[in-house]
Amino acid sequence: MHDVAATPAWVLLAYLISGVCFILALRGLSSPASSRRGNYVGMIGMAIAVLTTLATHQLASLWEIGVAILIGGGIGLITARRIQMTAMPQLVAAFHSLVGMAAVLVGAAAFLNPEAFGIADMPKGTGWTVYAPGSLDLVASINPVSRIEMGLGVAIGAITFSGSVIAFLKLNGNMSGKPILLPMRHWINLATALAIIFFLYGFFDSQSPIDFWTLAALSFAIGFLLIVPIGGADMPVVISMLNSYSGWAAAAMGFTLHNTAMIITGALVGSSGAILSYIMCRAMNRSFISVIAGGFGAVESSGSAAAIDRPYKRGSAEDAAFLMKQADKVIIVPGYGMAVSQAQHILREMTDQLKEQGVEVKFAIHPVAGRMPGHMNVLLAEANVPYDEVFELEDINSEFATADVAFVIGANDVTNPAAKTDKGSPIYGMPVLDVEKARTVLFVKRSMGGVGYAGVDNELFYRDNTMMLLADAKKMVEEIVKALG
Amino acid sequence: MDFISILSIFVLACFVGYYVVWSVTPALHTPLMSVTNAISSVIVVGALIAAAAAGSVQSKWLGLIAVALASVNIFGGFAVTARMLAMYKKKERRDA
Repeated sequence: MHDVAATPAWVLLAYLISGVCFILALRGLSSPASSRRGNYVGMIGMAIAVLTTLATHQLASLWEIGVAILIGGGIGLITARRIQMTAMPQLVAAFHSLVGMAAVLVGAAAFLNPEAFGIADMPKGTGWTVYAPGSLDLVASINPVSRIEMGLGVAIGAITFSGSVIAFLKLNGNMSGKPILLPMRHWINLATALAIIFFLYGFFDSQSPIDFWTLAALSFAIGFLLIVPIGGADMPVVISMLNSYSGWAAAAMGFTLHNTAMIITGALVGSSGAILSYIMCRAMNRSFISVIAGGFGAVESSGSAAAIDRPYKRGSAEDAAFLMKQADKVIIVPGYGMAVSQAQHILREMTDQLKEQGVEVKFAIHPVAGRMPGHMNVLLAEANVPYDEVFELEDINSEFATADVAFVIGANDVTNPAAKTDKGSPIYGMPVLDVEKARTVLFVKRSMGGVGYAGVDNELFYRDNTMMLLADAKKMVEEIVKALG
Repeated sequence: MDFISILSIFVLACFVGYYVVWSVTPALHTPLMSVTNAISSVIVVGALIAAAAAGSVQSKWLGLIAVALASVNIFGGFAVTARMLAMYKKKERRDA
């Protein structure tokens, strides 16, 4: 620790300012108006952290660093510009995996060259030393507290990496969204977790390279094992959880490097992800443990299984257009299906036409609509829907009773009244939008066959005041727009 | 800095994070994720130290790769957040 103690005060202050910038960046997100400035403050914070680091360390390889930043930055900027808003969940998962991997690499680098990080107990050759893997170079002894911090950072980073890769593959459709349930998976996970603790202790005890690399390998494995059994529809929780992990990984590295900016950021990101996971779990009425244990729907197939051949009312685009034209108030409930068929732009056109005809139009968003927190809001914002026409569940739920039409597009489980009444339903207790209270419910759905991700039939389809509009979401809205014009 | 001062910063920052994140409007939860992603790449500080240091070639290369990965995140994360935030508009602005 003697190296770090010699750090000049201005450096410590610079990292502190950088940390404060990050707090302000998140603070800005309390309203869309202040959010853009917040984002710039975040960028300034990052620039301060990077420049301070470059100014205070030996620069044996400045141009290589420049090239690395150019390559990485270029890829990042191009991706950020090109990515479709519907693909945000995949992108965020991919970004999480990079943070995780970076944490592992930094941990490994610190293990191989502890003196550069100021965590060596004693200078090379004077004290107790160990050998670097694959060579006979002596490596300085790392002080024991730093060993634990490093080990934890590497473990959390590795879990973040492999977990995020699986989440990415599932969200991107490269891997089935169905939960993959290994036999005895709970025991396998438990054994792996215990082994991780064992090797972490081993590394703390002896700084042995074998313990270090086994620890990393096992952590990669458990990240994979933890996410594979989780179904695609639980992804809002998973992606928030991985967000949290990436923060804790950064914090652990901050402890190793005694760096205030990293610790503050890690704590911010860690709590942010944890809160988002909590909000998502609450919105699904599921415990965090049950999500992590995996396999929604697969376990509870005994609920009210999809009923076949119940009578329902089917309508056409013209019927829908007529009903909405006559209405005073229409509430639109978008869900993941809207994102899949990219119907958000044409949906905005529909609302514009309705507004021209004097109809009041509002959007109602359930917290778990989409594949990540806030996903629907971004898609609607992309389609130029003003954000003050978009409402959260608790703000708009009482208004369905006064609405003439509830227009459900691509959402299903979040509107299911069984969540309020049917104790046997797997989604019982989940907060839902009270769409059935509207005078008429228009329900856009591809076909009557499919059920929502929870695998439950929706009572709403068969109600007297429900009209099913069976078609692809985008085509149906296009036809409605034609009929309105 | 000794371990206890670092721990104090960490614990207090967790509380700050708790209150700041609860005040984020749910409509901005996706930008929240992308911006937390960008800022968690402050881990680039560690990567730079490793990449810049003389002493171990392996360590330097690990550092350089980490710098590149973190840069993807920093530039990509802030840019995509800015892109999203630019889309959030109020009612009065457009009247198509």
